[in-house]
Amino acid sequence: MTRKIVIEPITRVEGHGKVTIQLDDAGNVAQSRLHIVEFRGFERFVQGRPYWEAPVLVQRLCGICPVSHHLAAAKAMDVVVGAGTGDGLTPTAEKIRRLMHYGQIFQSHSLHFFHLASPDLLFGYDSDPAIRNVVGVALANRELATQAILMRKYGQEVIAATAGKKIHGTGAIPGGVNKSLSAEERDRLLKGDGGPLNADHMVAWAQGALAFFKDYYKKHKAFIDGFSRFPSNHLSLVRKDGALDLYHGVLRAVDAEGRRILNDVDYQEYLEHFREEVRSWSYMKFPFLKALGKENGWYRVGPLARLNVADFVPTPLAQREFEAFKAATGGKPNDMCMHTHWARLIEVLHAAESMRDLLRDPDILGNRLIVKGKRQAEGVGIIEAPRGTLIHHFAVGEDDLIKMANLIVSTTHNNEPMNRAVNCVARAMLTKAKEITEGMLNAIEVAIRAYDPCLSCATHAYGQMPLEVSLFDSRGRLVSRRRKPNRRFRQDLQD
Amino acid sequence: MASFVRFTLDGKTCLAEEGAQLVAAAKESGVYIPTLCNYPGIPPKGACRICTVLVNGIPQTACTTKVVEGMAVQTRTPELEAFRKSVVEILFAEGNHLCPSCERSGNCELQALAYRYRVAASPFPYMFPKREVEAWHPKLVKDHNRCIQCKRCIRGIHNADGKAVFAFGKRGDKVVINIDPETSKDISDELAQRAMDICPVGAIIRKGKGFDVPIGRRKYDHAPIGSEVQP
Repeated sequence: MTRKIVIEPITRVEGHGKVTIQLDDAGNVAQSRLHIVEFRGFERFVQGRPYWEAPVLVQRLCGICPVSHHLAAAKAMDVVVGAGTGDGLTPTAEKIRRLMHYGQIFQSHSLHFFHLASPDLLFGYDSDPAIRNVVGVALANRELATQAILMRKYGQEVIAATAGKKIHGTGAIPGGVNKSLSAEERDRLLKGDGGPLNADHMVAWAQGALAFFKDYYKKHKAFIDGFSRFPSNHLSLVRKDGALDLYHGVLRAVDAEGRRILNDVDYQEYLEHFREEVRSWSYMKFPFLKALGKENGWYRVGPLARLNVADFVPTPLAQREFEAFKAATGGKPNDMCMHTHWARLIEVLHAAESMRDLLRDPDILGNRLIVKGKRQAEGVGIIEAPRGTLIHHFAVGEDDLIKMANLIVSTTHNNEPMNRAVNCVARAMLTKAKEITEGMLNAIEVAIRAYDPCLSCATHAYGQMPLEVSLFDSRGRLVSRRRKPNRRFRQDLQD
Repeated sequence: MASFVRFTLDGKTCLAEEGAQLVAAAKESGVYIPTLCNYPGIPPKGACRICTVLVNGIPQTACTTKVVEGMAVQTRTPELEAFRKSVVEILFAEGNHLCPSCERSGNCELQALAYRYRVAASPFPYMFPKREVEAWHPKLVKDHNRCIQCKRCIRGIHNADGKAVFAFGKRGDKVVINIDPETSKDISDELAQRAMDICPVGAIIRKGKGFDVPIGRRKYDHAPIGSEVQP
């Protein structure tokens, strides 16, 4: 009998997702899918609102990376108010926004790696879910857990200083920012209040996190290299000179061999290069590069893609780590799913160095905050959010109300790669498996987690995967459904 | 020289100029009576009822009541406080008040009163009315979703000819306050700003100028509304 395994919910991306895996009579994986089963509607209900509300309104899409949406929308509205396409702001405004963004990258990546992903690494993906969570990490490695919490706190403090509050601030407004830093705020972030929350400590801890990962990698090379590995294209913003730049740049994509397939294009023209495919079983679209078509034009975004696309990292310590990362694949694009964590930690170090540099820059204390010019009817804002390229596109009427919004978020770009990752792991783990264990199903979530932490938050928060396993017959009729009762998943499918 | 009268506020004997508005007289005596439709310098209306107090045991709106000799006023009985909280809750349920994306958040009197009265969510069923955003005016946006029809704008904003810039439209439960196309034609930036400032909520906003006051410097970021009069 055909068997269908459903993992639902995988908890939040910006809502709910589920995985279905179809096993054929012989026990092979016939089909696997990651479904995003929730409709958000932000593109619709921002319509008819005044354009200056967009950066504040659309950031409510997310509580983990609202700064990314806040800044992407603000960048789009910069274009609308005639403040240029990303490089027209005053030095103070641009640097305050960059500081906000690097604070966000730093806190979000720290949250993801330590709170969400590290339990799988520390304890193993098939360990007891009762300890495979952030509390387990705290009990097993108190120092690491404390650093993780304080690193996240530091990033949040940087956001609060630049955006007004830690979550859902208002700092970026069309044409600039509404505040710069006071000398007291700058000193507190740069030097700390006598405690460990200062810029130098963050750089040191970021290096420590990388050392932790590399040590783990040395001991578990086969798993880290081999888990859910598949070739893909890679997309990211890069600075015009090819440097890693998470705030602004041009769009570049490379294929699995490193050849340019999108060559440093102005993102105001993104619609000429991208298309989105709709599939009936998911609310999330499948974007692809128009020139390559939907079969071959899909790509990865996020830390792994960014380091595959960029030529160098413009801060010295992260550059050194980048060189080691590139050397691991002989300079070729890295297609190893779990290496995303390595790339993420290099970005954590880059963010720490960037924050320290910005805090030492007197421009962040300036008072020229806003630039405006000739009003435009449309604007596109793109930023590298923690999880990847984030596109905001708005059209604004002469009455100042938003007429159209198109948001392509990082998770959407990663839709096809995440589906492939699920398929990879399902084939490796479940094919002809006599028993389907909780660990096997968690392995599927481990692959998804490498792309997007929002999908895994509840799982680790409670130490249990909130999954439900359903058995369907070959005509799709439900035969049996069982929610995981407690720590141990018990297979009770009726063949 | 003005003559003074003696009256009591919650049992405390106070002095005020004869004929003074009760809200203002209470403020002078260090007693906060919450208001929404009342605004200093414009004629009171008694529209929102949130300033209801007991005058000699009878409920009356403090914004339309003048102080007289021997008046005994109760401002803070449990019933009055519950009633005021209900007024706020009803206003939240009646309109579409979405504080997270409203640029008046932190500067909004309705939101500030909700915090003061600890309104977590309205117990009344939300009506989710379908309302328009009026954006044809070159300097102002009138967001009807947020309008509480306090009429402060109608009473307080006049053009250079002394004509009201805002006016009622429609009737009954469909009543709206619109920008008058004729009288608002040539309003100055200063008057547009005054219109935004006189609105207790975010129903009147200036074009192209949102969120320019950072969090931390907004009116109610640090102390609850009324705490400057009475903590």
